[in-house]
Amino acid sequence: MNELTCWVNDEQVTVPVEPGEMLSDVIRYRLGLTGTKISCSESECGSCTVLVDDVPVLSCNYPALKAQGKKVVTIEGLADQGTLHPLQEAFIKNGAAQCGFCTPGQIMTAAALLEEKPEPTRDDIEYALNDTLCRCGAYPAITNAVLAAAEHIQHGKPIEFPTFDFEGELEVVGQTVQRPEGVKKVTGEAVFADDITFPDMLHGATLRAGIPHGRILKLDTSRAEALEGVQAVLTAEDIPGRINHGLVIQDWPALVGVGEKVRYVGDAVAVVAADTRQIAKQALSLIDVEYEVLPVVTDPVAAREPDAPQVHEEGNLLKHIKVDKGDIEQGFAEADIIMEDVFTTPAYEHAFMEPECSIARITEDERVEIYVGSQIPYADRDQVAAALDIPGDQVRVRGPLIGGGFGGKEDIAGQIHAAMLARATRKPVKILYDRHESILVHPKRHATQIQVKLGLKKDGTLTAAQTELYGDTGAYASLGTKVMGRATTHSTGPYIVPHVKIDCYAMYTNNPPAGAFRGFGALQADFAIEVMMDQAAEALNLDPIAFRRKNALRTGATTNTGQRLKESVGLLECMEKTEAAMREHLPEGDLFRSRPVPGEPDKRRAWGYALAFKNTGLGEGAPDKATAEVELLQDGTAEVRTSSAEIGQGLVTVLQMITAQELGMELDQVKVLLSDTDLTPDGGPTTASRQTYISGNAARHASITLRNEMLATLAEKYDLAPEEITFKDGTARMNGKTLSFQEIGKAMREEGREPKIAYEYWAPETTPLGEEGDKHFAYSFAAQAIEVEVDLKTGEVQVLKTIAATDVGKAINPLGLQGQVEGGIIMGLGHALTEEFILENGRVITDHLARYRMPSIKHVPRVMESLIVEDPTAEGPYGAKGVGEISTMSVPPAVVNAVYNATGVRFKRVPVDQDWLARQLQD
Amino acid sequence: MNLFQDYAQPETIDEAVKILSEAPENSAVLAGGTDLLLDIRQGRHPEVDLLVDISAVKEMGEITLEEGWIFLGAGATHKQIITSPLIQENAQCVVEGCGLIGGPQVRNVATIGGNVAHALPAGDGTVALLALDTEVQLASREGTRWLPLIEIFAGPGRVTFDRGQELVVGFRFQEKAEGEASAFHRVMRPQGVAIAILNISAWVKVVEERFADIRISCGPAGPKPFRGYETEGFIRGKALDDNFFSEASRILGEEVSLRTSAHRATKEYRHQLLPVLLKQVLETAVSRSMNRPYHIEDVNHE
Repeated sequence: MNELTCWVNDEQVTVPVEPGEMLSDVIRYRLGLTGTKISCSESECGSCTVLVDDVPVLSCNYPALKAQGKKVVTIEGLADQGTLHPLQEAFIKNGAAQCGFCTPGQIMTAAALLEEKPEPTRDDIEYALNDTLCRCGAYPAITNAVLAAAEHIQHGKPIEFPTFDFEGELEVVGQTVQRPEGVKKVTGEAVFADDITFPDMLHGATLRAGIPHGRILKLDTSRAEALEGVQAVLTAEDIPGRINHGLVIQDWPALVGVGEKVRYVGDAVAVVAADTRQIAKQALSLIDVEYEVLPVVTDPVAAREPDAPQVHEEGNLLKHIKVDKGDIEQGFAEADIIMEDVFTTPAYEHAFMEPECSIARITEDERVEIYVGSQIPYADRDQVAAALDIPGDQVRVRGPLIGGGFGGKEDIAGQIHAAMLARATRKPVKILYDRHESILVHPKRHATQIQVKLGLKKDGTLTAAQTELYGDTGAYASLGTKVMGRATTHSTGPYIVPHVKIDCYAMYTNNPPAGAFRGFGALQADFAIEVMMDQAAEALNLDPIAFRRKNALRTGATTNTGQRLKESVGLLECMEKTEAAMREHLPEGDLFRSRPVPGEPDKRRAWGYALAFKNTGLGEGAPDKATAEVELLQDGTAEVRTSSAEIGQGLVTVLQMITAQELGMELDQVKVLLSDTDLTPDGGPTTASRQTYISGNAARHASITLRNEMLATLAEKYDLAPEEITFKDGTARMNGKTLSFQEIGKAMREEGREPKIAYEYWAPETTPLGEEGDKHFAYSFAAQAIEVEVDLKTGEVQVLKTIAATDVGKAINPLGLQGQVEGGIIMGLGHALTEEFILENGRVITDHLARYRMPSIKHVPRVMESLIVEDPTAEGPYGAKGVGEISTMSVPPAVVNAVYNATGVRFKRVPVDQDWLARQLQD
Repeated sequence: MNLFQDYAQPETIDEAVKILSEAPENSAVLAGGTDLLLDIRQGRHPEVDLLVDISAVKEMGEITLEEGWIFLGAGATHKQIITSPLIQENAQCVVEGCGLIGGPQVRNVATIGGNVAHALPAGDGTVALLALDTEVQLASREGTRWLPLIEIFAGPGRVTFDRGQELVVGFRFQEKAEGEASAFHRVMRPQGVAIAILNISAWVKVVEERFADIRISCGPAGPKPFRGYETEGFIRGKALDDNFFSEASRILGEEVSLRTSAHRATKEYRHQLLPVLLKQVLETAVSRSMNRPYHIEDVNHE
């Protein structure tokens, strides 16, 4: 054991250091400065950035002893005695912290930049932050924040909020405000799961199958159990209750037992709890497993062949999903031309910055308490309880902040394992996945093959659309039936098609499971149909926008599932806005022509275009509800509670705004409590772009009900009509008299009325496919234009501009909305250009961040125009519908269409492969 | 399951080679650690008994000019290199190669010696140094020796000297003279590992509108970082406005050994990039040498 003495945030510290210990370990676990985050441990992401002797370094890969005698500054040392550093303030005001996990690293790297270059240009910022990744895609806001901070430091210019032309007329809702948790996210105080520790806490580790298909013949844990420091080794035999978990179909074993099959490389075979993480990992290598290796199936089309290896006993078909509308034969008979093509999309990895972490402990009253960043806390609770064979109320799931989710934190990861180990050892157990394990284990985006056949009149009218989809749901169902259901219904695009036939096959394979991921099947479908629509426009010699407009969904139109759209179809307005904005950049001629680049003979530019639509809420017959509780506290402030998750999208802000709006309070008088199955009622899953609508409505109705009760108390007490009382800034005003909310609460309690309302909000009913009725209660729409520049010699593609008009019904939280739209587009650019989850025979090739590349700040187009259309939906809160997913969806087809327009080379798969592109251009 | 057991931080070269030579077999020299520690963590390198961190060896962190030679300490960080006026003046290709690596966090610790000793065929800093006819200095308990940089590479990740006994302490190349300049360029794949699909560096000496001398290096163009001697020989002596380029590209294309690497690049694409990159670095280097624009007109890739 060595000793390290250095200065951390101006204080001299001396700590013991273990062999192999990194500076980040010292900072986080010895000094408790948990603002420094560990995301990849492979020098790829920059989350762990601290300053050592004034220069930024990656602390996760910096041997602790290297800091001997040096000066270390962490995010906690940046604020000057409680006054935020200008960067911190600018990050908050520009919305540069979304999930907040990368934020400390961004700020520390930017702080070093400002020391070196007090007035950086955009180029300087991109160069400096190039390797500091943000999966929320807050890069435009980060750049603006750094510029604003520099202006402030150098010229004293006040740091202000950006302004939006879609700010609303209400007092709170629709105004630009800061995240309530923003200060904590920029100072490093924000607590994520791995930031929590308990005395005597053990560390868990999980033995993974490592082979994609096989039967366990023998499993011997005795050598691992004998290792000093190991406290428990558990296998499937130790699961007291239900072995399998799963959000829809319980087919996923928490641990695979002897005689049972592993179905993908990430299947869990044993779990270990030990005194340290190192010992736990060492113990894994001492567990002996013998497998009968089985043949694998890794392609969803091959999986449907009768002689394919069977992943599950029931066969490889998870679900055959069908849509029939009109008479498809008649539709094609009416067509002047018929076009047909096949498109493929790969699996994608969420790569949320915060890897999964679960901590379980047994409380004094013998309940199981789990700390986990989860998108569905109640589902975690119930699935853990089922595995342990205890009632649901004996489990408490408590959510700290969540460093990104995007759909990847809906299924069970380490929750059940941690709970089992905590029960076995009677000690708190933390299971933290490293990046490699995270990538290996959690469900991905479904890889798809989508065949599209369109019937068209010469004038561009769609007469028929037939699609056949194959989705690779991997080894376990996860949300595969739902995801591919959404792929099915979105596969004919946001268009009016009289005759439709769709067959979709969700197939099991021996690949990692696929489940929820922003866009949820609709993204894959949108790629296929929107590239096909461009091909059709060209075949008919029609303008791609005019052709789409002719067929676009509008109010009164009927979708492919027979749903008549009664209201809130802002698609045409999105198209108008996008086209007008494109014309600003290109006043003359064909918007989509290939244009030369002055001074660059080897380069061409062109715009590409795509539309998208996306349901808000679960839909297709799934009961969709949320409960929110609003309470007027003793001190006159209010608290709104629901179990829904803040994953960076800004739900805390939205709920705070809605509650403040309805109760007539100041924003900071409203607290928000989320993600605690003991203290917050069930808000349902944070998925399907549903939280603003569903939990927002629950909070709104709860607030309105509470307001009415407050009014009733006052009206009675002061003998006034409720109309004579107004609530403003947390006070009641009536007849020239002002009464604080504190006093109103007191009055209510005195008369036995608890000032606390729980409201269970049920979204409008939907029906399953094949039945009469609406499949979804609301849809968002978007029109996207993207300009690319292609190097004809190297095939390199650069995105120069994006213009996106999005119909969100109503902008409730403009700063958060901007972040969702820009971040969604940047993720879409990743899908189009940088990301591909590569598998070979069920083994993961892209098993580190170094091999799975998310967009960095250098991929951000210099021009990003986010236009908002507000075509309200009557039932939505203030007219709002979902926005979390739609902005990502139309990016891949728009990029591919732009590349075609620039070069004449048509991609029918993503990501764009510059190697292939360059070779096509050469031939 | 520790990345390393013991850690030493010598302050002189003598001390470093002494520790190294007495260290247990599974020991390694740590410079910035950006490659080594990841290799251990990801199982490409065995766990290390003694990590010899040379970052505190002052003489290895120096960049100096003496008697017409630029000395570049192996411990110089990428950040030091790209901001060094000496390197900026004398070795633009090295500034360009090192400036493209990582973000500032990596450039602040990653060293040129680490880049070279890692012996990847497409190390950006390595390829840039090769174009400068760089020599490398190795130190052991027997003393130090200089040898041409290109001679230390044995294959991907392998070197010709004993890493357990000898230490890369620095590099030297000649100070830039009249008419000399260099350039570096690379093409990356947006997906996957941050290793160039192809990188290339050129150094030229232009006298009276002729290539009085030239050096070309590139990677990955074989198991080791590559010098294009035949192409250099062909171009040497040509006038700037000769129609030399398509033939030079052809020779380079035959001289290199490009191959398909799974999930990264096809052999065909690499061959297609070769003349594009060659043209770019030649134009840049010659323009720099003359302080005015230079364009190669003879471009016929087929």
